[in-house]
Amino acid sequence: MTAAALGLLVLGNWMGLVWTPSEREMGDVYRIIYVHVPAMWMAMLTLTVNFSCCVAYLLQSSWKTDALAEATAEVGLLFGSYGLVLGAIWGKPTWGTYWDWDPRLTAMAIMLVTYVAYMALRRFVEDPERRAVWSSVVGIISFVNLPIVWFSVKWWRSLHQVQSTPKTVDPDMTLALRVNAWASLILLTLFLLHRYRIALATREAEVAMPEALPTDVPGSRDNRASEVA
Amino acid sequence: MRGARPISLLRTVGVLLAKDLLIEWRTRARLNALIFFALATLLLFSFAVGPDTKVLARNAGGYLWLALLFASVLALGESFRVEQENLTLDGLRLAPADARAIFLSKALGNALLLMLLGALLIPVMVALYGVSVTMGLGSFAATVTLGCMAISAPGTVYSAIASNARARDVLLPLLLFPLIIPALLAAAKATSLVLQGDPMNQLGSWYGLLIGFNLIYWGLGFLLFPRVIED
Repeated sequence: MTAAALGLLVLGNWMGLVWTPSEREMGDVYRIIYVHVPAMWMAMLTLTVNFSCCVAYLLQSSWKTDALAEATAEVGLLFGSYGLVLGAIWGKPTWGTYWDWDPRLTAMAIMLVTYVAYMALRRFVEDPERRAVWSSVVGIISFVNLPIVWFSVKWWRSLHQVQSTPKTVDPDMTLALRVNAWASLILLTLFLLHRYRIALATREAEVAMPEALPTDVPGSRDNRASEVA
Repeated sequence: MRGARPISLLRTVGVLLAKDLLIEWRTRARLNALIFFALATLLLFSFAVGPDTKVLARNAGGYLWLALLFASVLALGESFRVEQENLTLDGLRLAPADARAIFLSKALGNALLLMLLGALLIPVMVALYGVSVTMGLGSFAATVTLGCMAISAPGTVYSAIASNARARDVLLPLLLFPLIIPALLAAAKATSLVLQGDPMNQLGSWYGLLIGFNLIYWGLGFLLFPRVIED
């Protein structure tokens, strides 16, 4: 699977950088869509999975769902931030500025900060069961932003163009975009699986042997608490 | 507890709200602290920006909402601390009071407290910033009501979570601030329009955003709060 991801990434990058034609107005600068757009798709996808996990956990508690929620929030945040940074790099030569308070950019930034808060909450709650329930609630509340981000380019016609999809880009560019999207999807799955295993192992250790977790002094969970805080 | 009839739910909300307001009234020191905190914030803005009345008047809407937001963190943080000191939250749930009624009463109580603050801040703004309420006090009251309700619904859910977690003083603003940016933006814009006049007729769309925000978060809070305080 790793080999498939690497292979597709190399192919996708070659297609994006060499094989596809230059854009009429932007020239070669546009080529960042082959990484920026898939990254954002993956972020949206992952955070949607996070939302499903949060709902599922509240309906039926399971450590697997909670572990997957933790993994998706973190990986989604990673892809979202990566996409946002790529967008900013692209914005400088195209819009003349790294950052603009455009509805799309603003909504995306707000959404990422809400997921940073979600991750912070997970660190600040000791009891695994309470953490799972509370972070599910926060995850559901945070997800309200995602549709706003997605539709912001349609609701407020502003600086950011309508999303690039195989329907809106030139046919010559569709295949390269698709290959890159599949490469990102496989990479994302790898990240998720890895993070999910870590989360599950941590959770099992916490639930099975709460006392066996590393602490400074035996029986002093508060000490560890202040360390993390 | 589930399936409780709407009438009994409303009555529970009323009883709990009356209890919270009574506690608030009897411990006036806290209320006073909150009021002076908000006033001091308004005063600080005029020092930070400089004594240029034009700039202050132009940004008055934003400053008002920042002052209310900062004060709301104090108010929200307190709203569950009171319950925790004597484990009264457990007592309430054993009573049994519907958890959704606890949410509604707490959120309404917090909203009322913030509205009171908002009302007290107008004369100060008029004096310090030299603003005038062009659109009338009715529109101002509507804006403050919608904005305060928008802060208090998600704020109540998050303060219930944060009050039980470690580092609760950091956690509440961290969770709350990014979430309510849309409401803050709409409330600040609407307030500016109320203060300066609304020639382009934009006030309605900002109200729409605030009402939508309120519907979403009051609904989510109502549905999710029982899970937050279960043990």
